[in-house]
Amino acid sequence: MSTNRELIRVFRNDHGRLLAALIAQFRDFDLAEEALQAAFAKATEVWPIKGRPDQPAAWLMTVAKRQALDRLRKSARQGSDAMRHTITMLSETEGDLEPEAIPDERLRLIFTCCHPALAEDAQIALTLRTLGGLSTVEIARAFLVSEPAIAKRLTRAKAKIRDAGIAYDIPEAPELPHRLPSVLSVIYLIYNESYSAFEGTTLTRADLAEEALHLAEITHRLLPLPETEGLLALLLLHDARRPARGDGKMIPLESQDRSLWNRDKIDRGRKHLVHALSQGQPGPYQLQAAISAVHCDAPDWEATDWTQIAGLYHALEDLTPSDVVTLNKAVALCHAGKLDIAEKLILRLADALVSYQPYYAARAELHRRLGQIGAARSDLYTAISLSRNDAEIVFLKERRAKLAN
Amino acid sequence: MQYLALIYANEAVEPPADLMPRYIAYTKEITEAGVTKGGQALQPISTATSIQMRGGERQVTDGPFAETKEQLGGYYLLECDSLDEAIKWAAKIPTAEWGTIEVRPIMTFDQ
Repeated sequence: MSTNRELIRVFRNDHGRLLAALIAQFRDFDLAEEALQAAFAKATEVWPIKGRPDQPAAWLMTVAKRQALDRLRKSARQGSDAMRHTITMLSETEGDLEPEAIPDERLRLIFTCCHPALAEDAQIALTLRTLGGLSTVEIARAFLVSEPAIAKRLTRAKAKIRDAGIAYDIPEAPELPHRLPSVLSVIYLIYNESYSAFEGTTLTRADLAEEALHLAEITHRLLPLPETEGLLALLLLHDARRPARGDGKMIPLESQDRSLWNRDKIDRGRKHLVHALSQGQPGPYQLQAAISAVHCDAPDWEATDWTQIAGLYHALEDLTPSDVVTLNKAVALCHAGKLDIAEKLILRLADALVSYQPYYAARAELHRRLGQIGAARSDLYTAISLSRNDAEIVFLKERRAKLAN
Repeated sequence: MQYLALIYANEAVEPPADLMPRYIAYTKEITEAGVTKGGQALQPISTATSIQMRGGERQVTDGPFAETKEQLGGYYLLECDSLDEAIKWAAKIPTAEWGTIEVRPIMTFDQ
């Protein structure tokens, strides 16, 4: 067994947990990060010679703590009495750690990284860096941003956490409704990024998707609320369809080979969804997961329970009104055969969604069903001209060709 | 930590009729909670004078430098444990409902 591979595994699995515990102890992001990096560096030297320790995470934690204390002692020589006192206190808890003695502080770290007072792109970068253990290079590649830009984002965010007094804490119950949405949104956006197309890189889309799933699992385990579980269910159900989306091709749901869907993930997603919904506090993530579950239940596109999907979009519209949600409701109504309501909704959205490709695809379907083939064809032309995705263009062209027959 | 809550609103928009009693109630609440280190309301932007020293010359002009949609109308100095606490109190400032509250930490200097 290669100790190097072992180290990479420990790094990916335990980075977030170790860093979260170190920040809790030292109250200093940079110090904790540097100390943990030094500990991993030491492991690459020592493990190949002495072999992997029995408790790799505890070993790393012990080394990182010593590193942090050494750095503090060095700076304390010119420092204040208060600082020397802190070091003495921290040193008393020094010593070899049992793995279960590393407290799981990751929830504090997630809430700190996803504080709404930080810019959204900074929240995402910081979460991937600290909890996911991704390097700035990996984050830069995943988001098609230069590495110095990501580094700057991270530095600025950490400075704001320190200088603006963002607490390293889980918000109290009355604050939770204000703070939880940005945590869930960051995880969702990380997953979404795994969807959007980017050129081949070392960090694959699957990696980002796995990272988001991992974060959703941790968040739900540490904070079991209906919406944290709803998000986990949504990501599992979305991700179940990944093998059918085609490698980099983004095959739309309508033309996916459903036998490729991951049944295990669908089952897990559905289980979480049922449990979340049973608590009677529906939220946007639970509703989106429910929509995804209805799709997963259908043997094919036509046999989908469109009436139920329309109802779920209607509920989602009540909670989070948006033109796109209304459009999706209209599409579902159209497939359910409720053409007159669908037509009213779609016509009303014309101005708001004037350059939105799915709007024209939806209107084409409505026109087709109304027997207005010329209008349907013209909508599909517009949709094709607005699309930047090859698989989607092929799909839209096929739809247009079918109209002609 | 200390935070300055800067209260911005569009002066051209008429504030609600119960503005004064609401501010009195809010000030009472933060005083009783021991959070405030004081606060003041400012006269409208039309009373503002800008002063610059350039090359030893004093330049005094009417009004602010830049036209903005919302003007600074007052402030509270808050003593809070964290940004979250400051945000919680800032959100309760009556003007937050139609204007904007900017929360800035006060800088501290070592000796």
